[in-house]
Amino acid sequence: MVTRGFKSSRARGDPSRVPPGQYVTNDFPVLSAGPTPRTPLDAWSFALRDVHESDLATWRWKDLLTLPSSTVTVDIHCVTKWSKLDTQWKGVTIDALLDAAGLHPPARYVTAFCDGGYTTNLALEDLLDGRGLVAYEYDGAPIEPEHGGPARLLVPHLYFWKSAKWVRGLAFMEDDAPGFWETHGYHLRGDPWKEERYAGD
Amino acid sequence: MRASPIPWLSAEVLEIVAETPRVKTIRLAVPGWRRHLPGQHVDVRLTAEDGYQAQRSYSIASPPEEDGIALTVERLEDGEVSMFLTGELRAGDRIELRGPLGGYFTWTVEQGGPLALVAGGSGVVPLMAMARHRAAQASRIPMHLLCSWRTADDVIYRDELARLAVRGDGLTLTHTLTRSAPAGWRGYTRRIDREMLLEVLTGPEARPLAYVCGPTPMVESTATLLVSLGHAPERILTERFGPTGGTS
Amino acid sequence: MTGPSGEDLYRLDGNGAAGVLQEVFAVEMTTASCTCPACGRVSALGALHLYGGAMGSVLRCASCDTLLLCITSGPAGHFLELRAILHLQPQ
Repeated sequence: MVTRGFKSSRARGDPSRVPPGQYVTNDFPVLSAGPTPRTPLDAWSFALRDVHESDLATWRWKDLLTLPSSTVTVDIHCVTKWSKLDTQWKGVTIDALLDAAGLHPPARYVTAFCDGGYTTNLALEDLLDGRGLVAYEYDGAPIEPEHGGPARLLVPHLYFWKSAKWVRGLAFMEDDAPGFWETHGYHLRGDPWKEERYAGD
Repeated sequence: MRASPIPWLSAEVLEIVAETPRVKTIRLAVPGWRRHLPGQHVDVRLTAEDGYQAQRSYSIASPPEEDGIALTVERLEDGEVSMFLTGELRAGDRIELRGPLGGYFTWTVEQGGPLALVAGGSGVVPLMAMARHRAAQASRIPMHLLCSWRTADDVIYRDELARLAVRGDGLTLTHTLTRSAPAGWRGYTRRIDREMLLEVLTGPEARPLAYVCGPTPMVESTATLLVSLGHAPERILTERFGPTGGTS
Repeated sequence: MTGPSGEDLYRLDGNGAAGVLQEVFAVEMTTASCTCPACGRVSALGALHLYGGAMGSVLRCASCDTLLLCITSGPAGHFLELRAILHLQPQ
């Protein structure tokens, strides 16, 4: 039933920058599957784990900050249809983490694991060559807890549920295995340009 | 248990009335409406010609004793649904809704009292349904209603609440204005706090049923204060409207 | 956003999931009671902590935050994860 007189007032934006079905927002909506974790920096660590769950490399907060950092300006796209353009983030690329650890990736997939229990799965190739960061600053300031601080994954070429908040590490996997939202019907990969919102899209 | 699926219904707008500069009440005729309980809500769904849909929940303002339903909607900046409902919508239009929903945050006279109702802004809507139901049933169950508003111009249902409060049937009404008050205002002029709750509401020894509704921060702090005053947590029911209050 | 007592200001009450719960279960669910398998707390679904926003309804124990129900809705239908004992009383 079409509602007389109702039009979405939301700006669709430039189709070369805004994927299909998205609208542009100036807000930064907060969405979470659970309460905001509040891990103190001196208790924080980030780990790369192998397929047998043992740690291959770990970094404490001060270690992370000594790694070569990248500042990027990217557009982000949430599966709930909002897109935010030109967001600035600072963090360490996954390439730089692997370099620092002297690690050759042991498998083709990872599960990002986080404080609060959230997980999401990614193909390693979606994280390499600068496509993925462990971000610790947004817009020139430390990331707020409700936006995933102290550190979140940033994988802007995929829907934003893949940019896991409160990330604490990546666990390598031989096969792609669905994380939290993926288990509940969301797409395994989540490319916004192909509108891969739900499994089967 | 009888299954009761909730189909989308086509409701006709009968009348739209301004309550305050930003708030309107929409009266609707809903064919196939199942009698609701005070405190329940509906989901409203709007569909644009290109298929775009937006859906939000709104508390039912009217008591079950009335025909049809009334929704009281606050216009929120950037709220695409509330902007439409308080702007473009007119009498004679049809909108889709489903309900009634939510048996948890409800009250009827059968449940008794006394009642401690605390509203932040548009959180008054489901509590007003309870107050109207109580009046329609000519009940004398003690009901203390405390409403928090930014300014006097924001007070929803001001005249009707005042009339209910002078019936002398056990309903007391207290407003607090948190941002500014008009000249001559002799009521509270601050956010809800421990002292105010102690002064206005029935104490825990009477085991009141407390319903708290409004923006999340106000609901959180009020519920915490009520527990600290000794009210049993299971007798405090809350309906949070979200961080900025109100559904958009 | 944190409130003065450290509480999480982005969560809603389980009552906010009334529509999707009734869509999935075909009965009013917010008054059904629920026992948390982790801490044993019994509460009405309407009183659980609701997260997820437009992505889905994630209902967590109000005492220990354990995930008790998760419902998502998409073109292929609903996904429902249920991790608690529910007691649906006759009306």
